[in-house]
Amino acid sequence: MLGRGLRVLGQAIRDEPRLFTVGVVGSSLFGLLIIANSYVVGGVVGHVVVPAFASRRAETGTLALVAVLFLGISVLRVASIFGRRLGAGFMQFRLQARYRRAVTRRYLSLPPSWHQTHATGTLLSNANSDVEAAFVPIAPLPFAVGTIVMVFAAVLALFLTDWVLALVGVALFPALFGLNVIYSRYMSPRQIRAQQMRAKVSAVAHESFDGALVVKTMGREEDESRRFAVFVTELRDALISVGRLRGLFDPVMDSLPSVGTLAVLLLGAWRLQTGAISVAELVTVSFLFTVLAFPVRAIGWVVAELPRSVAGWDRVQAVISSTGDLHYGTKNLEKSGESATLAFEHVDFAYGDGPLVLNDVTFTVPAGKTVALVGPTGSGKSTIASLAIRLVDPADGKITIDGEELPSLTEASLARTAALVPQIPFVFDDTVRGNVTLERDGVGEEEAWRALRLAQADRFIEKLPEGLDTAVGERGTSLSGGQRQRITLARALAGRPRLLVLDDATSAVDPRVEAAILGSLRGREAGASILVVAYRRATIALADEVIYLEQGKVVATGTHADLLAGNQGYVDLVTAYEKAEQERVEA
Amino acid sequence: MTTATPAPVGEGTFATVKRGLALSPELRPGLGGTIALAIVQMLGKVAVPIAVQQGIDHGIRAAGGPDLGFVGQVVALTLVVLAISTAAGYLMTRRLFTVSETALGALRSRTFRHIHDLSMLHQQSERRGSMVSRVTSDVDQISQFLQFGGVQLLLSSGQLLVSTLVMLFYSWQLTIVVLLAFGPAVAVIRLFQKRLAAVYKAVRERTGVMLGAVAESVVGAMVIRAYGVAGRTEKRLDTSIESLRVAQQRALRTSVTSFSSGELGAGLALAAVVVIGTLLGVGGHLTVGELTAFLFLVTLFIQPVQIATDMLNEAQNAVAGWRRVLDVLDLLPDVADPEDEGVALPPGPLSVRFRDVSFRYPGGPIVLADVDLTLDARKKYAVVGETGSGKTTFAKLLTRLMDPVAGEVLLSGTPLPSVRFSSLRSRVVMVPQDGFLFDATIAENIRFAEPSLTDEQLAIAFEELGLSDWLAGLAAGLETPVGERGEALSVGERQLVALVRAYVADPDLLVLDEATSAVDPATEVRLQRALDLVTRGRTTVAIAHRLSTAQAADEVIVVDAGRVVQRGPHATLVAEEDSIYAKLYASWLEQTRSH
Repeated sequence: MLGRGLRVLGQAIRDEPRLFTVGVVGSSLFGLLIIANSYVVGGVVGHVVVPAFASRRAETGTLALVAVLFLGISVLRVASIFGRRLGAGFMQFRLQARYRRAVTRRYLSLPPSWHQTHATGTLLSNANSDVEAAFVPIAPLPFAVGTIVMVFAAVLALFLTDWVLALVGVALFPALFGLNVIYSRYMSPRQIRAQQMRAKVSAVAHESFDGALVVKTMGREEDESRRFAVFVTELRDALISVGRLRGLFDPVMDSLPSVGTLAVLLLGAWRLQTGAISVAELVTVSFLFTVLAFPVRAIGWVVAELPRSVAGWDRVQAVISSTGDLHYGTKNLEKSGESATLAFEHVDFAYGDGPLVLNDVTFTVPAGKTVALVGPTGSGKSTIASLAIRLVDPADGKITIDGEELPSLTEASLARTAALVPQIPFVFDDTVRGNVTLERDGVGEEEAWRALRLAQADRFIEKLPEGLDTAVGERGTSLSGGQRQRITLARALAGRPRLLVLDDATSAVDPRVEAAILGSLRGREAGASILVVAYRRATIALADEVIYLEQGKVVATGTHADLLAGNQGYVDLVTAYEKAEQERVEA
Repeated sequence: MTTATPAPVGEGTFATVKRGLALSPELRPGLGGTIALAIVQMLGKVAVPIAVQQGIDHGIRAAGGPDLGFVGQVVALTLVVLAISTAAGYLMTRRLFTVSETALGALRSRTFRHIHDLSMLHQQSERRGSMVSRVTSDVDQISQFLQFGGVQLLLSSGQLLVSTLVMLFYSWQLTIVVLLAFGPAVAVIRLFQKRLAAVYKAVRERTGVMLGAVAESVVGAMVIRAYGVAGRTEKRLDTSIESLRVAQQRALRTSVTSFSSGELGAGLALAAVVVIGTLLGVGGHLTVGELTAFLFLVTLFIQPVQIATDMLNEAQNAVAGWRRVLDVLDLLPDVADPEDEGVALPPGPLSVRFRDVSFRYPGGPIVLADVDLTLDARKKYAVVGETGSGKTTFAKLLTRLMDPVAGEVLLSGTPLPSVRFSSLRSRVVMVPQDGFLFDATIAENIRFAEPSLTDEQLAIAFEELGLSDWLAGLAAGLETPVGERGEALSVGERQLVALVRAYVADPDLLVLDEATSAVDPATEVRLQRALDLVTRGRTTVAIAHRLSTAQAADEVIVVDAGRVVQRGPHATLVAEEDSIYAKLYASWLEQTRSH
């Protein structure tokens, strides 16, 4: 653990060598000044105070010099504190920022399949508390390094003064250091446990508040509180066990230097008797022990935080070194204004190690045509939708747009060509304008309004207090479900895609409006091919072709009329309402 | 309708701590003992300078040459004092951790429960993340403060007081000199307090913004990818990360500057003590030992001043956290459980009565106006209307997720506000459109409604609803994990599980709010039929977008612009020419028929 912790520190120093140097120089200066101060105090007592008291005369010049000396040291010390604390702090903040950028870069470039296997809460804490934890020991690090310099200087100074008193220091400082190491060894598992329980408490609270409506409507508040209390109790016990160890360690750490001072007093009296040292030297040494106690603890702080740091660092590294990126090609599709052709050829797909959810799927959406995807709940329609715009890659088979395999296209070209409107509308915590344009090239205010009009969102947007510039709130909480759906629809339309994929995305839109939208896209002017997941017969009827899926397989393809005539499953699905009504009438 | 007590504006630190202690009575017992132990621990620190003074004056510089025996006695005595102080320190820390963590654990649990007891509107007015921090990081800050900063502050003030007293004992003149030397430093530190509060607030706010940006890059990963707008998100992330760093650095700079003034004060004090102490000694008012002890005492005096400076910042963060927790606890649930004062719903199927009910969201327009209707027990009702007509509001009033602003809702003659939640929630269940699932297996999610169900009973429930085929098609059947928020299942599948969950709760009034909007028509019809078979004797209210539900209902209630405009059986309503329902139905036919 110590070795791995030191490696993390080493990486941090390599990342920010300049600030680290500033911190260490400041801290070393600080330590040397503490020693100097002790000697000045001792010297002043021995050479100024004692003679003056003895002779009952004080020389003004000498006293002025003493004052200047103390003040000078003080000013230098302030400078060293600035160097030490700002160097360390800035280094810590820069490292946090650097790794937060690195982690979030990965979030943006890792594929949706990766995101699906990583819980939101975990990813949030990777970028926040894990990055923080990784660099917690950085704050006291320069102080600790400076302290080591100081301790060596102090022991050296002690030997120059008197070897017997120096032996007290030689015994004391390693003891303090050793105690710190032992402490962190016992402490780290307790702290790790406390940290884990913290994460658990947070996760349970997050999920429970996320599902607050279900908890409420089912009246499970009591049970949820009990579930939460179990983790709270474990966290409490973990924290108390941390506290007990601290209780044992802290007072001992506090008292040890005092014991050193007393030893110096006792041994000093003997050395004084033998004439080996003077009163001034005795005062110097005992003062030194008093002021050294505190900085030595800085080493303890670094050591104590190393396990947490390593744990945080490992989680951060796991994100940074994650693989599975979708690699993009170099080909660009012409932005010709003509609609695109989408083709699936023998496509298989499975989530992780799960069973195949798509099995040998083959179909084509010809340029300018509308194809409807129909099938029972859980038959793989949404999966096809995300494959079509390459949110995921198939396990087998190939998918092409205008004859080009999707992996050969650049990301920008793919995004320009194809747009997906997902089943659950997602809006950013931004303005309506930001949500529609996404600051894409060529998508300005005019285009935004055109898209909003098409999606029939223009009227309610006009009524909003700040129109296009109204902020929609976290996950669009200020909007109704239907309004969110229209905004995401407008977002897709605003980019004038040549292939539009609608995943049951118009359920809250009036069928006549839907027909108008699809109709307008059919025109030459804004030509797009459309792949639409639908249950409504009105929507299906607009399609040139229907693909009927069952359990991940294409069961039938043809026009709506063909399928009605030829496939019982399809008939059962799309005429379910009529049949139900008929049966009621007959009954 | 919001009856929350407003948090006192600009409440002071002491007021917050007082409020906090009142709400966490667990903190009180043994507080006196803990403080007493802390004082004993602190006395040990003062013992050493006194020992040095005694040792030098009466031992080392004793009249007849160094007196080793006397020094030995002093050292031994001090060691005993140190041992006692160390033991006191151990006991104090132990007690402190046990008491404070126990109290704060209880505070976490109480706050958690309180948040669940708040009305749906209150819950939705808060960001999810900030509710979570009320029971996590905010409480952590209080604990951090109580155990480290608070004790340090307490000990520091004690140390300050004791060292001042001891200094006074040695020389009142020098004590005044020390206090004067620190005067400017204290003034500067006080001056910086406000600025520090402001810069740390900026850090907290920017942390929030940064977390928001990260959350969006995670939650919206799919959309960002689909639209190829990673660049835009990246820019936002970088800006928020960078601006947080700038704020952190500014806060640190301010804090170090404030801290340094204490350091300068210390230098000034030392210089003044030596100079003036020597002059006093020359005048015969001071011994060498006394002056030496004084130099030690000045250090003892400096330390707490510096520690206190640092701790005050931490204290402010902690008090702010405490205030946030207390403010949540002070928020009165505006849709409250009458608990023991309430009554149970009468046994048997439930009827519904809306008496002149109106509703509007706080600060919004009326969304439901003068609704007056009766729903008979054992019947099936469908509520239909355009998006935004007030259907969902109707369902929320019916299940008492919200209370009306005027009029009242009664179930079998009992006014809803007088019904105990334990009775209400077991008899009335609503299935919302977004069928939230917990990150567990399908079986566990269904047992959420009824923990005692065996696997066989669960299987029977699926069977009864005609969903066994679907269940059989899953890799691990009942044991299939549904993923975070149920996202390993498709949207329609999530709705199926949520429906089974409500079904096994076996309510007497079942409210379905577009509960099958993402399910395919054939499955929906099958579910409906299954529910019909098993819901004989149960009152069902279905909010529906698809009119197939309305056709199957005993009666249809048509809502338009917040008013009930039509009600009656499907066949009757369709026949009313040019009526809203007739138009809705025509449009429905157009969607589902012909072609």
